[in-house]
Amino acid sequence: MNEAKRLVELIPRLRRYARALVGDRATADDLVQDTLERAWAKLHLYRRGTDLRAWLFTVMHNVHVNRVRASRVTDTLEDEMPELAQRAPQGDALLVRDLDRAIGRLPAEQRAVLLLVTLEEMSYEEVARTLGIPIGTVMSRLSRARDKLRVMMQGQGVAAKLKVVK
Amino acid sequence: MSEQPVSEADLQAYADGKLPEERRTAVAAWLAAHPEDAERIESYRQLAAELRSSYDSVLDEPVPERLERTIRSGRVWQAAMVAGWVALGLALGAIAGWQLHGSRPALAPSADAADSMAHRAVVAHATYSPEVRHPVEVGADQEAHLVAWLSKRLGTQLRAPKLEAVGYSLVGGRLLPGENGPVAHFMYQCNRGTRVTLYVRADMGTNRSTAFRYAREGTVGVFYWVDSKLGYAVTSADISKEDLLNVANAAYQQLNPP
Repeated sequence: MNEAKRLVELIPRLRRYARALVGDRATADDLVQDTLERAWAKLHLYRRGTDLRAWLFTVMHNVHVNRVRASRVTDTLEDEMPELAQRAPQGDALLVRDLDRAIGRLPAEQRAVLLLVTLEEMSYEEVARTLGIPIGTVMSRLSRARDKLRVMMQGQGVAAKLKVVK
Repeated sequence: MSEQPVSEADLQAYADGKLPEERRTAVAAWLAAHPEDAERIESYRQLAAELRSSYDSVLDEPVPERLERTIRSGRVWQAAMVAGWVALGLALGAIAGWQLHGSRPALAPSADAADSMAHRAVVAHATYSPEVRHPVEVGADQEAHLVAWLSKRLGTQLRAPKLEAVGYSLVGGRLLPGENGPVAHFMYQCNRGTRVTLYVRADMGTNRSTAFRYAREGTVGVFYWVDSKLGYAVTSADISKEDLLNVANAAYQQLNPP
């Protein structure tokens, strides 16, 4: 089966996106695994000849949204979790990267758009189709994500020499 | 100053290198006259480059075996399932054929919950689809009300799929008594007057899903499936199995998004 081979080939890209999306490696790979299982079970819904990658990222997006929703419920039951603390803490041996942390602080829907555009280098139309949102929303989320990221990164490495214009 | 209007979207696309040549030149010229924006867009480019260099290394990591196994073992599993469905379909066909000869209701006794749902869907279709004056309780002109009402009675959010793409539009729907509780029944019609009904029950239990099954009783064909607690059956008479599959597929895709 051709799709099986292509799915396997796309795993590294799913892992890259998942890593940036959720932060730590184990959670990211869990997300990838859930995505692959769901994609495999729903493969009959994929239309041959269309973009398998976009379809797979749609599946991952849906799985991720469901997982976040499920964990939110637990969060609020346990305690009022501050919104910024959604990410799992980094492994102690790992260097905590500022950029990584900053991405984690973006609202989830902005983060998804930024990562699909930047990492997957999807066209804006592909991002709109993948996430099931209008293209105008893609553009505004992208713009807001970058603005926030820029402010957060202010004084840290890449954007250090830039002034924030208020 | 003769400035061309440059939108925020243009600037984002410029940072992503997604603008066509002539537009890019125009935006570059505009940025030359707007240093603050130029600085901002440059920082976006740098952030994108930083982002890629931070995560591209993941592409070179060896893929954990458990992930590839999901697909590899899945393949075997699915082949087994398909073989199982085919066998089941043949068995159902045989049973139905045999039972029709014996003039007993096909699929009714001893079949599992999905099969008995399919049987009830067939009976409901046969009962209501020939109705001229009262095919439905609530018409498609009150679709929102219909869906909200049935959702409330079944205790779960329902949807009436849009089947215009396969030639059917909603006539309306009604509430029916099912085996253990209320059932939602949606009726669709094509422009030649052929009707298709969608039977939905919400008490199939949990952790159970099946893919498509097909059964036929007399002239009535039915495709049915279960997605955790929801059971669906798409039923029609006098259209071919292929045509019905086409309609059922369209409904399935909307009701069970990937």
